[in-house]
Amino acid sequence: MSAAPESPQASSPRRVSTRAFTLAALAVAVVVAGGLSVWASANPDGLEFVAESLGFGHAAQDAVTAGSPLADYETAGIANPWLSVAVAGVVGCAVTFGLAWLVGRAARRRPAEDG
Amino acid sequence: MHVPDGFLDLPTSIATGVVAAGGIALALRRAPREFADDRKAPMVGIVATVVFAGQMINFPVGAGTSGHLIGGALAAVLVGPATAVLCMSVVLIVQAFLFADGGVTALGTNITLMGIVAVLTAWGVFRLVMRVLPGRRWSVAVSAALGAFVSVPAAAAAFVLLFAVGGAVAVPLDAVMTAMVGWHTVIGVGEAVITALVVSAVLATRPDLVYGTRFERPAPIHAETTA
Repeated sequence: MSAAPESPQASSPRRVSTRAFTLAALAVAVVVAGGLSVWASANPDGLEFVAESLGFGHAAQDAVTAGSPLADYETAGIANPWLSVAVAGVVGCAVTFGLAWLVGRAARRRPAEDG
Repeated sequence: MHVPDGFLDLPTSIATGVVAAGGIALALRRAPREFADDRKAPMVGIVATVVFAGQMINFPVGAGTSGHLIGGALAAVLVGPATAVLCMSVVLIVQAFLFADGGVTALGTNITLMGIVAVLTAWGVFRLVMRVLPGRRWSVAVSAALGAFVSVPAAAAAFVLLFAVGGAVAVPLDAVMTAMVGWHTVIGVGEAVITALVVSAVLATRPDLVYGTRFERPAPIHAETTA
């Protein structure tokens, strides 16, 4: 085994600013979730396909959350299919980022640094 | 590979729920060690959001089947394995409750498969390959890709093991194993490509935000004049 994670290196190259990096990463995620997702394959995924072809697909039940206004990545009340997916994707990005950011802050638990 | 409600019986779902809760508790304890860089950028939020977005893109893999990114390898290499478990759990919780993607009683199963098995497998392969490859920056992307490739069939195989214990329908398990691992090996190629591209993009812009670079051989160079 090599050594456990070392302390962060003092001088790593920063080729773009933190702000630019964060905004660019989130922008890419929003474009993927809210734009490209409309072209996602509608075919069953690997598990669904195997379940159907081997005869246990019928065991799948709707989740109790199936009534969510965003169920199956479609926004309730928006007829336009592109907009419906786009809104779902963007809302999903926002909720995921917010929740993960909170988890990140909670998990850091470094009293010396945390305000 | 989000498992819906109904595929696994209740005792198995409860057991995977306990595994998931234990894994998250352990990850919360270990994550602070990995967080050294988190003051610079909100990487936990960024990685979870990118994984969520990536999972929305199903790509066709032939014969009317599709696959999508899991993101366990991507998260582990960018923020470290314990933090990755937390990122993946957030994504899977949001998907289950907001999007009805994956069951609610199956949430523990999905966190176990995609949040724990995929992440730990990817991380194990990443560390192993990093020890073999030369200490160059591209080694991080290649190791991440190989970890990604293996993590998908590994999670699929873990599902079949759970199905063997508590599957709702009696079907020949060897056939399920062959089909699941076969298809997910193909999907793993897509996982590897996406992981390599994203890790390379971060390495090219902000290598200091890539946790996996801590395991470059020899130890990371302090002043990288070649950059």
